Amino acid sequence: LTFRLKAAPEWRLDLSPLTPDRLAAVASRDVPRIAILGGNKTTPAGDLFEIAPGDPSDIRILDSCDKLDFIGRDMRSGGITVDGNAGAYCGLNLAGGELTVNGNVGDYAAAGMSAGRLKVAGDAGDHLGGALPGEMRGMNGGTTVVHGRAGQRLGDRMRRGTIIVEGDIGAYAASRMIAGTIIALGSGVGSYPGFGMKRGTLILRGDAERELPTFGDCGRHELPFLNLLLLQLRDISGRLDQFAAQSKFVHRRVGDQAAGGKGEILYWRN
Amino acid sequence: VNINGVAIEDTFAEAFGMAATRLIITADSLAWAHVAAASFSGFATSVIACGCEAGLEGELKADQTPDGRPGVAVLIFAMSVKDLQKQVQTRVGQCILTTAGTACFSGLEGGQPIKIGGALRYFGDGFQIAKRIGERRFWRIPVMDGEFICDDCAGSAQAVGGGNFILVANSRSAALTAAERAVAAMRKLSNIVLPFPGGMVRSGSKVGSKYKALIASTNDAYCPTLKGQTKTALPAEAAAVLEVVIDGMTPDSVREAMRAGIAAACTVGAKGGMLKVDAGNYGGKLGKFHFPLREIMA
Repeated sequence: LTFRLKAAPEWRLDLSPLTPDRLAAVASRDVPRIAILGGNKTTPAGDLFEIAPGDPSDIRILDSCDKLDFIGRDMRSGGITVDGNAGAYCGLNLAGGELTVNGNVGDYAAAGMSAGRLKVAGDAGDHLGGALPGEMRGMNGGTTVVHGRAGQRLGDRMRRGTIIVEGDIGAYAASRMIAGTIIALGSGVGSYPGFGMKRGTLILRGDAERELPTFGDCGRHELPFLNLLLLQLRDISGRLDQFAAQSKFVHRRVGDQAAGGKGEILYWRN
Repeated sequence: VNINGVAIEDTFAEAFGMAATRLIITADSLAWAHVAAASFSGFATSVIACGCEAGLEGELKADQTPDGRPGVAVLIFAMSVKDLQKQVQTRVGQCILTTAGTACFSGLEGGQPIKIGGALRYFGDGFQIAKRIGERRFWRIPVMDGEFICDDCAGSAQAVGGGNFILVANSRSAALTAAERAVAAMRKLSNIVLPFPGGMVRSGSKVGSKYKALIASTNDAYCPTLKGQTKTALPAEAAAVLEVVIDGMTPDSVREAMRAGIAAACTVGAKGGMLKVDAGNYGGKLGKFHFPLREIMA
């Protein structure tokens, strides 16, 4: 089932109705009549997209742009592929299935995600895998892979799951992190990773611009855990697989000791 | 019926239902994985007094283990899932956790979960870290040579304990040679372990005793020195008897192991001093599984 955007919309659009689970219950002829919220009015999907009927468990959004928000929201199964950029809240509360964006995603991608997989070919905005304002928990499961860079507050309040960012990351990565695993493979790391981190693991290939003084130095170690992790994550990220062949020595820093202090940043340098 | 002049008795081995699991032990080298496995499966010959039966199932190459290091698989059997939990917990805690450089993973999915890290994590005294990777939950427990990594739980299965055959020979060396050959052939198989020392037992037991405190005592019918003193099951020429006990994950794996073991033992032949192959049973009423020797060797 294909939706080709006819023209860049005037307002940001809420595409949350267009998930495999929701469309499975909609007859093919009714798909163009699905109301899409944009600004303070709704527009039929048929006015916004050229729609080619097909299997609702395999949705394609073509010629997408960064004004298309909430793609794959609450999705439980099936797949959505986006050609072009996606807006904010891409994969919000994703609970299963596979969401692939062949472009960039905006802020709050994979926020509240609990299962499934989000793949982003380009860059991600701020709060990737984070928590919406007012929410106590960010990403709670599943796997997110970003082949480009990610913005600030990556994995804010993240509770479980795995995020791999192949490029650089912004400031305050793993802020207020509760648990889970974040791997950033770029050499650029913004300031103060692990701010308010309670538990969880942040693995970095590069040095942070500025480090928090509230992390304790536990020294350099060869952790068998890293072997296990990399083997289990095999074939998810090509760049990670390349690094997996290299030395497994990591410099372990533990904190944030202003917030319980059981989180760890593993500096994986060679 | 005889093989190579060795009589195959018209009888059956009687085996019992047991709860079992498989653990994968990895270490920095295969030798250290064996050290942990030997410790883990020490004093685990018979549920009569050990609480469980355990042994080495086989070796695993680095690409067959979860953490990419060489390892071994061990099987452990107990009379109930509760007993199995207790034994796994204490043995992993005292024997694998303590061995330099090891990690311990589940080698079996499904069935009732048997806690590994779920029970041992408290050793970490608050410094332990749980990691869910994919569908599996692992524990990282800080220890003096780094971290002990283990699965949260292993699976469990209903399995078979006490499959057996008895080798009767006209000398101790003939019985030993036959049993050694049987063990060597059976150790190549997976899904089974031979829990007794060297894979064989020389003190086969019967149920009960003249002493009220004992639940098992020497199997006098198979003791060659008692031939003229008790109701013996041995031919006049018999001078030594060894029993091979097999615990397997399925009845078929026990059957296959018995076939391989008996065939290998019979290569000693009548000329080498082997007299007959027998099997231990309790009249067929106690055990859930029967393994008729002649049917297996047919």
